[in-house]
Amino acid sequence: MQKQAADVRRALSRRVRDLEDFKALVSPAAAAHLPQMATLSHTLTKQRFGNIMQLYVPLYLSNECQNICTYCGFSYDNKIKRKTLSGIEILKEVEAIRQMGYEHVLLVTGEAQQTVGVDYFLQALEIIRPHFAHISMEVQPLDREEYEQLIAKGLNTVLVYQETYHEADYRKHHPKGKKSKFDYRLETPDRLGQAGIHKIGLGVLLGLEDWRTDSFFTALHLAYLEKTYWQTRYSISFPRLRPFSGGLMPKVDMNDTELVQLICAYRLCFETVELSISTRESEVFRDNVIRLGITAMSAGSKTNPGGYAVDQQSLEQFEISDERSASEIADMLRRQQYEPVWKDWDVALGTC
Amino acid sequence: MEPLVIAGRTFTSRLFTGTGKFSATSVMEAALLASGTELVTVALKRVNMQQPEQDDMLSHVEHPGIHLLPNTSGVRTAKEAVYAAQLAREALETNWLKLEIHPDPKYLLPDPIETLLAAEELVKQGFVVLPYIHADPVLCKRLEDVGVAAVMPLGSPIGSNKGLRTIDFLEIIIGQSKVPVVIDAGIGAPSDAAKAMELGADAVLVNTAIAVSRDPVLMAAAFKQAVIAGREAYEAGLGMVAQTAQATSPLLSFLNPVS
Repeated sequence: MQKQAADVRRALSRRVRDLEDFKALVSPAAAAHLPQMATLSHTLTKQRFGNIMQLYVPLYLSNECQNICTYCGFSYDNKIKRKTLSGIEILKEVEAIRQMGYEHVLLVTGEAQQTVGVDYFLQALEIIRPHFAHISMEVQPLDREEYEQLIAKGLNTVLVYQETYHEADYRKHHPKGKKSKFDYRLETPDRLGQAGIHKIGLGVLLGLEDWRTDSFFTALHLAYLEKTYWQTRYSISFPRLRPFSGGLMPKVDMNDTELVQLICAYRLCFETVELSISTRESEVFRDNVIRLGITAMSAGSKTNPGGYAVDQQSLEQFEISDERSASEIADMLRRQQYEPVWKDWDVALGTC
Repeated sequence: MEPLVIAGRTFTSRLFTGTGKFSATSVMEAALLASGTELVTVALKRVNMQQPEQDDMLSHVEHPGIHLLPNTSGVRTAKEAVYAAQLAREALETNWLKLEIHPDPKYLLPDPIETLLAAEELVKQGFVVLPYIHADPVLCKRLEDVGVAAVMPLGSPIGSNKGLRTIDFLEIIIGQSKVPVVIDAGIGAPSDAAKAMELGADAVLVNTAIAVSRDPVLMAAAFKQAVIAGREAYEAGLGMVAQTAQATSPLLSFLNPVS
């Protein structure tokens, strides 16, 4: 049943909120209450996370991919020059990223088991681990045993987005390749939880389907995971479809106001979850959304393998919108009385 | 106000503080100084352990009279805690340690079993261990038995500012502890800190309530005064709270037969 204004008011007045409240807060009826949601979201975020912002940066290791995804620049049927970084090239990128001040790096690849599989990741981790305090990864779903191997090598976080929870449409967007297996992807956070990963990032690709429905399923997934793998931390990301080479236009256009509503709904219902925003979003949006519940952001990102030092012209996965450097973002944060935090983890943690 | 002694070190301030959640390290530094604190906890996960001399936060904590208390926030097991403690001791050149093992990332509630195991091992390795724990009186005695330097029971969940929700258990802990009791986590207002000190706590540790206030420096000064007031009231001896009027009980009237 459609949520009404009374459901929104009830959700706002409760001390502890549940998934029914989440539904109310993402419903069209909540739009009129957005100022109140924003104020509450700001207060709760400040209480829990303080006046700080975690900073991270992606390191694209490869754009090789055997999947066909209708919305992605790395899609197999997209005839682009493919590139996978060698060990020496990885080190060059690492050096460039370290110069920017980062201690938290997010490793990204397409899905190409033969060339960019677990063995490649293990070698990459060996090279990268000594240079960073925290290592995240956004790659194809793997088996539990494979995650266990990577965790033992120092992997701290895995981001795995379901893209959409709409099973039939998921198949439409992923017609070929290993990624077409909806259930295998859906069960990835379980395998990660069983492997004892420190943090899991969840999300959907906003624009593929109705964002309210997809985000509700993400919230349901998150609530289940929090109870089942209670020692694992969780983060939510909000990727909106962005233009790319050979691209699909979003089926559903989510505007800025709706994205703010979604961010606030997460904060009000999941007070302790980390919320992350990428450089897909515009400068103006990012400058303002940090006060509304966001706790982590990337800055100075390149979304192509070798983009920092090795091959700055290779094809990017998507166009970034906020092109400011890491130090410019840090200055912006300081002007807003936020402390940019580059290091919030240590190699000593989570690997024993 | 009597000085406090923990593991042979004397503190004239009974207000311990933290370093998280501040909007800038300069604000943190000013708040630390305004609080008068002599013991400041820092999360080793935030510190540059390879080159601590270049760490921005540490440089703002370094003041004469302020001692560092590294904490193991982020570890989930006793094994991880011991490893992290060893690294912290080497990098920060102190054997003092706030032992925090909270495998639950949501409410950051401490694991009593892993904490006891880690405390026992760390004491053997020569650390001055101050464990962060639930307000569990039996656990406090078990930790005391393995040789911790103080116990740090929580008032309410970390960062919640809810105050002393565990007061009944804190009273028991204070009543039976042979080591100093530092109430940590949940203290949200100077009145909470004063209350903790009036109960007989040896010290309090406050972070969020100072760091996220509108004026952290002023709030730090307010906490300083509250802790002094609470401690002095405790030392002066609070009067008894009368629950009933002091009339002759009719139960005893038979002792004075009506003449």
